[in-house]
Amino acid sequence: MSSARIVITGLGAVSPLGLTVGDMWEGLCTGRCGIGKITAFDPAGFSCKLAGQVPDYKIQQYVPKSYRKAVKMMSRDIELAVMAANEALTNSGLVTKAIDPEKVNVEPERVAINMGAGLISCDLVELAPAVAASVTDGKFDLRKWGKEGLELVTPLWLLKYLPNMPACHIGIIHDIQGPSNSITCAEASAHLAIGEASQIIARGSSNIALAGGAEAKVNPIVMIRQCLLKRVTSENNDDPSSACRPFDADAKGSVFGEGAGIVILENLENAKKRDAKIYAEVIGVGQSNNINPAYEHLESDGKGIQIAIEKAMANAQIEPEDLDLIVPHGTGIAADDLAETTAIEAALGKAATKVAVWPTKSMLSNTGAAGGALDVIAAACAMANGKIPVAKNCERKAAGCNLNIVKQPLETNIHHALCCSYTYGGQTAAVVLKKLD
Amino acid sequence: MTERVVITGMGIVCPLGHDVETLWQAILAGKSGVAKTTIFDASTFPTTFDAEVKDYDLTKYTKNPQLHKHSNRGSGFAIGAAAQACRQAKIDIETNEPADGINRSRMGVYLGAGEGSVDNDVFFEAIVKGWNSENNKMDWEKWAEVAFGKMTPMRELEQEPNMPAAHIAMLTGARGPSRSCLTACAASTQAVGEATMMIRRGDVDVVIAGGAHSMIHPLGLTGFNRLTALSTRNDSPETASRPFSASRDGFILGEGAAIVILESLESAKKRKVEILAEVIGYGSSSDAFRVTDMHEEGRGAIQSISRALADAGISYRNVDYINTHGTSTMENDSIETKAIKAVFKEKAKNIPASSVKSMLGHLIGAAGAAELITCVLAIRDNIVPPTMNLNDPDPQLDLDYVPSKPRKMQVDIAMNESFGFGGQNNVVIIKRWKG
Repeated sequence: MSSARIVITGLGAVSPLGLTVGDMWEGLCTGRCGIGKITAFDPAGFSCKLAGQVPDYKIQQYVPKSYRKAVKMMSRDIELAVMAANEALTNSGLVTKAIDPEKVNVEPERVAINMGAGLISCDLVELAPAVAASVTDGKFDLRKWGKEGLELVTPLWLLKYLPNMPACHIGIIHDIQGPSNSITCAEASAHLAIGEASQIIARGSSNIALAGGAEAKVNPIVMIRQCLLKRVTSENNDDPSSACRPFDADAKGSVFGEGAGIVILENLENAKKRDAKIYAEVIGVGQSNNINPAYEHLESDGKGIQIAIEKAMANAQIEPEDLDLIVPHGTGIAADDLAETTAIEAALGKAATKVAVWPTKSMLSNTGAAGGALDVIAAACAMANGKIPVAKNCERKAAGCNLNIVKQPLETNIHHALCCSYTYGGQTAAVVLKKLD
Repeated sequence: MTERVVITGMGIVCPLGHDVETLWQAILAGKSGVAKTTIFDASTFPTTFDAEVKDYDLTKYTKNPQLHKHSNRGSGFAIGAAAQACRQAKIDIETNEPADGINRSRMGVYLGAGEGSVDNDVFFEAIVKGWNSENNKMDWEKWAEVAFGKMTPMRELEQEPNMPAAHIAMLTGARGPSRSCLTACAASTQAVGEATMMIRRGDVDVVIAGGAHSMIHPLGLTGFNRLTALSTRNDSPETASRPFSASRDGFILGEGAAIVILESLESAKKRKVEILAEVIGYGSSSDAFRVTDMHEEGRGAIQSISRALADAGISYRNVDYINTHGTSTMENDSIETKAIKAVFKEKAKNIPASSVKSMLGHLIGAAGAAELITCVLAIRDNIVPPTMNLNDPDPQLDLDYVPSKPRKMQVDIAMNESFGFGGQNNVVIIKRWKG
């Protein structure tokens, strides 16, 4: 098999902390919190009224003129993905058709895309007039829907909500003709997409790949799911910035949000040839499964996460002592954070209590399929800046947590960083990054 | 050293049967799985028929049905298909002490799987209660009252597209890499392709791969009807799927699950299991054209076919049979024909290229894996499945689509094509295993 080394040469992030990687990193460094009261809809009837929302933007500014008509086919998940892709490509110095048709410096056939996506939920307000037109005696009438309601649904409605569409729109805008995939593994999606894209480059199927994830969870139906599953905090509604508390003794649940993160992966040779800035090398990817009969919870020993971390470390050929930073999944759900703690300790042994652990969701919220990519980008920024910011809202560690959660900002050379994630139901993933000298 | 990858088990739950042999006999007899919609009342929709899995009994496949009781339709089918495939490949399921010689941390899952249906009654009721038609605004508090009162947490969780793969992991104890992709109609071909790559790299010994999907629900049918992608031949459902014919008017929404066990040759030999075929090539591409249409010249389709051939290290002259995407839409069938002509040049008209969707309907995310299974059977029995309902050939489409009757012929190498809405294309090539 090809032994190509894979490096990260571009970053793009749209998050509750801002529309760019710079905004996100500044926010993380200053302990700014991207979580606030939900404004996308009135959350009065919801147990959790908080979310991490992306600041206002105009999608037209991110789409070439020739493609502006297509924005009507974009759900918010797709918009966020398109924005992050623009930044990542621009940041990498790669020039696609959309960036400057005169100066294209990539071969479209040698560029791949691998996007993590969530279950894209439809806009209920958009659908409502059609539903309202299908009511008989106060009740929804499917026969009436088939005859009358359906006609009121916009013809291209379905295309807004297919999870492969973020990758397809980005592919069209930037003329990406290589392998294209959409990974739909909830909160593990982005790590799995980055892992698969790395393998696609390693096996020689492309030289460059856009990889990451996007998801807009600030939708009433997504939020009610999280409420029903009791994954959200229903306390702290009046104090958004202290609401999400990964690994903290007072953790009461997670807060969900929206975002998109994309990294440009490139084979090292290609990156060197064009003298690209290299943020980090992807040296290890590990994947496994949680298995728990009560799969609406994480298995309590975090076995699936442990195996993913062990595999990533073995793949990276480094020892636990070599790690300088861990960005855990850390959602603020006490039982899940404890299971993840157990997994990290089991996988890394004694080193687990020494390595700096920096959960980000207290500031970024839980952005679903985007989360893993935002974490990889945060780790890459930490590496590039030699700095680990404070883990916000972990003032008193939860019982059973012996991890070294970052309490004071650290100025340190980060040689190796580990990021991990998991889903309810199964999939787990871990990614190891290395700083290149 | 690259590992060779073979298929050692197959399982299916689809409109033509709940096991591989029943499916195959139905296909050889030219039967149709298409009929009037029964899952919900579709009588007033533009399309009133589909290809449904009927009389499916999950308890035949698991001794622990309680564990899977919340599963959506797709997950339920996936469990049955996986259980069959594991049985054939001699993989132990539902045990903490498997004795099949496979290390569970080197056993993965890779599905092209779809989302589950929304909880329809509550979904619509909540909108009705919350919507204020006078000011065109939603009262979210009213909406939430219905949603909180009637939605159930597990039913909501089970809508996530990663759940079919999660159920297979629970069934088999697989602790290796687990992924789920959803590249529309190409998803399970992509899953099989990427899973093959995982084994080639040596990351795992076995992957339970394939697809599971059901979009036969009111919003699914609405979406495809609004796109005018479905046939509306309501007076003759069983002849509605007519790929490559002049009168084709759209695809037929189907559902199901199809699973293959992919295994390294070394592991299959060590475990002394029967090898059904070898996976020799995989190609993936992106149209980068329009989300609503395929590239006019089939650029992406051509790239995925060419890449799969290059990956297999064979010439187009070596391919004996093409299992087409053949959806029965005007656009797909004509562009796919163009793409085949572009790649297969002088040989294009001599290679049988049929569409089993003429009988099976379109299983969306599960389509590619279901069709791959028919490729394995074509090689096994040296019979090429037919394209049914091709009674009025489109004069523009002049390949050998194997109309009306299956054909006895030597098949050693078969190619399976899948092209997704939005322009994601995937092709897998398999070869007879000769030992």
